[in-house]
Amino acid sequence: MIYSLCLLLILVGLYGVVASRQTVKIVISLVIMQHGVHLLLLLIGYRSGGSPPIVDPGQVITTFAGLSVDPLPQALVLTSIVIGLGVLALMVALCVRLYERYGTFDVTEIRRLRG
Amino acid sequence: MNTLDKRQPGMSMIVRTVTRWLKGPILLFGIYLVMYGHITPGGGFGGGVIIACAFILIMLALGGQSGLGVFSKGAASRLDSVGLLIFLGVGWLGTYWASGYFYANFIDTPQEAWFTLFSGGTMPVMNVALGLKVASALFLVFAVLTGLKIAGGDGSEESRAWPAPTDSDGSETL
Amino acid sequence: MFDVDIRVLIPLFVALPLAVALLTQLAARERPGLAGLLTNLTMLGLVLMSCLTIGASGLYHLGGWPTPIGIDLRLDSLATLLLLVINIVGLAVALYSVDYMRRYTASSHFYGLFLLMVTGMNGVVLAGDLFNLYVFLEVAAVASYSLVAFGCAHEELEASFKYIVLGSLSSALILIGVALVYGITGTLNMAQMSGRIAETGMNAPLLLAFGLFICGFSFKAALVPFHAWLPDAHPAAPAPVSAMLSGVLIKAIGVYVLARLAFNVFGAGDSELSLLRWLGVLSMIVGGLLAAGQSDIKRLFAYSSISQVGFIILGLGLGTPLGLVGALYHLVNHAMFKSLLFLNAGAVEYATGTRNLYRLGGLNRALPVTGATSLVGSMSIAGIPPFNGFWSKLIIIIACVEAGFYGFAFVAVAISIVTLAYQLKVQRLAFFASLPDSFRDLRREPLLMSLAMILLAAGCIALSFLVLGGLRDPWLIGAAQETLSAGPF
Repeated sequence: MIYSLCLLLILVGLYGVVASRQTVKIVISLVIMQHGVHLLLLLIGYRSGGSPPIVDPGQVITTFAGLSVDPLPQALVLTSIVIGLGVLALMVALCVRLYERYGTFDVTEIRRLRG
Repeated sequence: MNTLDKRQPGMSMIVRTVTRWLKGPILLFGIYLVMYGHITPGGGFGGGVIIACAFILIMLALGGQSGLGVFSKGAASRLDSVGLLIFLGVGWLGTYWASGYFYANFIDTPQEAWFTLFSGGTMPVMNVALGLKVASALFLVFAVLTGLKIAGGDGSEESRAWPAPTDSDGSETL
Repeated sequence: MFDVDIRVLIPLFVALPLAVALLTQLAARERPGLAGLLTNLTMLGLVLMSCLTIGASGLYHLGGWPTPIGIDLRLDSLATLLLLVINIVGLAVALYSVDYMRRYTASSHFYGLFLLMVTGMNGVVLAGDLFNLYVFLEVAAVASYSLVAFGCAHEELEASFKYIVLGSLSSALILIGVALVYGITGTLNMAQMSGRIAETGMNAPLLLAFGLFICGFSFKAALVPFHAWLPDAHPAAPAPVSAMLSGVLIKAIGVYVLARLAFNVFGAGDSELSLLRWLGVLSMIVGGLLAAGQSDIKRLFAYSSISQVGFIILGLGLGTPLGLVGALYHLVNHAMFKSLLFLNAGAVEYATGTRNLYRLGGLNRALPVTGATSLVGSMSIAGIPPFNGFWSKLIIIIACVEAGFYGFAFVAVAISIVTLAYQLKVQRLAFFASLPDSFRDLRREPLLMSLAMILLAAGCIALSFLVLGGLRDPWLIGAAQETLSAGPF
């Protein structure tokens, strides 16, 4: 059931990318979509009643593995957030440069390449 | 971003005073996250972002020039490369000093030293290198994007890098 | 002793270009000459390392951690083939760009981004688990987004924006697929994953994940209907970047990953492979027909890339050993001759300043090296008998007939004829017609650009000998067989 909320977030982002008329709104919708995907990835690693994946000083590894939520998706999401940050910086720089060249943020007017 | 053009650079007096007090603790908090990254959640990425936020706060509140005076764009670019080179260097050292694998952990830690600051072998070193890289990269992105002078916005060709091919907008479509 | 050497080389394929990319940013920011020299030396080193890996295979555990816990780098025959292709084409492009990029400001950044792209592609080919594949894929993709926008002209920025939005969308789809597969099999390591999938069989969630992967990676490989970015991005980019993108990137991060996932990880059966076949045929038809009507020389080559990648995916989708041999041979061939053709188009643009076919003419006399190598490239891609394109297309067509898909074979033959038609159009309009007056005193191409083009043309001619038995076995057949064997590898 909660996975469907993640899917809803992804679809909202997808709708934003497809239906937005301005480049900055497309960028923001892509970020929303990436947030949805990260939430999905985190939820897959969830164990109900689990503890955070931090080993306490006295704990044995096997009891830790039996208690905690899965730490691997959390590492994947961290990496993916940083990748998303890099791509976001590039997209924003492109939006600024596009404004410089075309004088508008409107996607329907940035259409010099045809055919 | 017109914070560079006002009479007094930066924001209002309250913001500037609070920033002068808080920039130290924020930086310290970021360094704490980086250094203890192998014991508590945090590490290179999160700590690096907080360190970058300290410098970005200086730049926003006290004006772009004073921000760049503390941490210039050239220094950020160089620290960026140096941080990742240290990261790769640690990995390469693992090939030669230890069991012969890239990124082998070649600094041994005895059992009683676990969960203290100087444990975890090469991991704190890699965390510091990552923190350096992420902090300088994020600050550089912010400094460059806010320092861009938008040239006209009417499609002028001033900062074009390459003479245009004369017929590239497809006069004949399908 | 020899075995240990090879295993030490494996992480160097990724670490060396990355380190040199950072060094060019540190040491050579104001000196593009030094950056160009470092780049060329690195690519030469990578080519030598790739030659050392021929016939070897190995598994490299990063950090010494064993397989289920650690990150693996895998080297097998398919990876070796792709590494050779990436690094040899990369060397030629690096040679070419020393002269071509002189006209751009800030060209030292170009070399850093170029080496980052090579790092990403080498990492994708060598990755042994799915998430590292994704990370290196993103490294190569972000470097390519920046490279497409390098000259900051109108069309470059617009093309790069389209590319980056569609690229991020497809990466999000791929990440959803990774999440699903991890949830079902519990591991990210591709070898372990293939073992678990072989046990449980292809149930509905795995089919959904496979579908998501096909959608995501078909974007990267520019298959129709996911091709919308390619005809804008490849012409707009500077010529060496177009050559790398069209020649190597769409194959290393698109076709290679599709082959790995379909055969080694998911163990795809006929119903899944039929999707690949239909995507391939659709790309062939749409790419070929749209290429014939173009007037911009680079846009024509971009649509032609879509069409040729359709051939490769059709060969992959057949699933038979002969089909796979044809597909891999065509992959290698296409990398050679398409990058050669894009470098030729770049040389034409460098000398004359235009890309419109109807304004060019008679360049065989003005630019002899470009004309000769372009003739070799065009004959190769059109499939004229002694050249390499003929053999690879023939093998794919024979494989189609052998597997019983007569309709697909007929379409492949028809699109080959269309390919011949538009390549003849390019040759006639650009090189063989009479020289217009405005082009009377053109500069010849600089030395390094000529050298790079001759290198690739020699590669095309050398590859046509690959169909002979003795050379074929270690390189192509081994790769095809290893790829086809599904299950733990």
